[in-house]
Amino acid sequence: MDKSETIIEVNDLDIGYDNRTVLENINFKVNKGEILFILGNSGCGKSTLLKHLIGLYQPIRGDIKLRGKSIVNASEAEKKELCKGFGVTYQGGALFGSMTVAENVAFPLEEHTNLHPDVIRAIVEEKLSLVDLAGFGAFMPAELSGGMKKRAGLARALALSPDLLFFDEPSAGLDPLASASLDKLILELREKINATIVVVSHELDSIFSTADRIIMLDKERKTIVAEGDPRKLLSDAKDPWVKKFLGRNNMR
Amino acid sequence: MNFEKFLTEIFAKAIYIVTFIGEVFSCPPRLSRRKREFLYYLDLCGVKSLPIVIVISLLMGSIVAIQGALQMQKVGAEIFIVDLVGLAVLKEFGPLMVAMISTGRAGSAFAAEIGTMKVNEEISALETMGVNPFEYLVHPKLAAMLIAIPVLTIFGDAFSILGGMLLSTSSLDITLTAYWTRTLAVLDGVTFMLGILKSAVFGILITFAGCCCGFASPGDAQGVGRSATQAVVSSIFLVVVADAVITLLYSFIGY
Repeated sequence: MDKSETIIEVNDLDIGYDNRTVLENINFKVNKGEILFILGNSGCGKSTLLKHLIGLYQPIRGDIKLRGKSIVNASEAEKKELCKGFGVTYQGGALFGSMTVAENVAFPLEEHTNLHPDVIRAIVEEKLSLVDLAGFGAFMPAELSGGMKKRAGLARALALSPDLLFFDEPSAGLDPLASASLDKLILELREKINATIVVVSHELDSIFSTADRIIMLDKERKTIVAEGDPRKLLSDAKDPWVKKFLGRNNMR
Repeated sequence: MNFEKFLTEIFAKAIYIVTFIGEVFSCPPRLSRRKREFLYYLDLCGVKSLPIVIVISLLMGSIVAIQGALQMQKVGAEIFIVDLVGLAVLKEFGPLMVAMISTGRAGSAFAAEIGTMKVNEEISALETMGVNPFEYLVHPKLAAMLIAIPVLTIFGDAFSILGGMLLSTSSLDITLTAYWTRTLAVLDGVTFMLGILKSAVFGILITFAGCCCGFASPGDAQGVGRSATQAVVSSIFLVVVADAVITLLYSFIGY
């Protein structure tokens, strides 16, 4: 396994919507097995950037490559193939409300494989166990807590065994214990499946306990203002805004 | 709102609707993989709508018969109530009443469902799982409506005629045999089939209006409510306009 293999490459990216640029000149890379956090102040475009990385939005300019293949210029068929190679966990879980948890997890397998239902059932149980939801397969999403919904969403994202995972605000709305448990799960996933993980968050506890590297976005400057190991950035960053943002836990 | 802004909004909406229709027809159907969804919508739009269709159709047939009787009795032509009920129901009231009921039940449900999925990022999840949301969310509904609405119209036609028959035979001087014989003499297969064809067109319009409003829904709870309302209003408008156009076309071929 080559740790220096580039999984995500973002080049000269300008993004926005409704003729309004949100972020400009974004450049970064994510290597295999790395946990990268994207953080910044509210409205700086963290989630918008994530939606561009997963191909939901088209950028104004620039390119995004996943494993060397552009998702920006991909045809529908190519995009479909690229999508099979990554999993996304959304803020609220984004589980299909009309399906049970097990049906939700089985959905990508039923869509993209011709596996026998018994095999699919076994994979679903395995993925639910991986996120500590064994025995919850028959539950409807409405019967789960916020944290459980996120875990179920993660199990669904893992269904096709991707080695690239995206998390949109995984800690949002969770109590500190549930949040810490999700951080632990992210680290375990990296260990177990050698996943490359990109997380959008501004939870400092999660960032310092989980991230290998962070990129910080600023709403005013509309670009990346800092990039690197969060612990080093906290001690060495020259930019006062970056220092203040990362050091806000110490001010309590 | 100034006129220029109004025109710009209308133009943007027209572009959106054309794009939506293009998206729906450009994605290859995978109905063999959508049996569960298809059966769910067939149940929602067809089976669950049947009781209300039966009740309203019975009443509608009776109402047409009463109104007809009030006029026909003046000239002693009560038997022509059979013609009035049969033809009005098969040509107009059957397809139209079923379309109105389906607009309230299915059209609004489609918009609310898709709008809520949008709020909950379920549509984004579909896209990032490599599933075309237009294929997954619109095709099964369209297929179900194309079966449910014509079948409901057959029931609507039958129960409207039954309503007219019950009213006429119980309160007018028309026997059951006379009513039935006259009904068979007046109505023909082509008239019946043209009504069914009309109902299929209504089914397509209701599905498109409901789904289009759902996809256009802004990502908040109020927006979902507005989309459901918009779906009902748009569906009724489209159904009535289509009815006028189809009726005009039918008149050219003598029906």
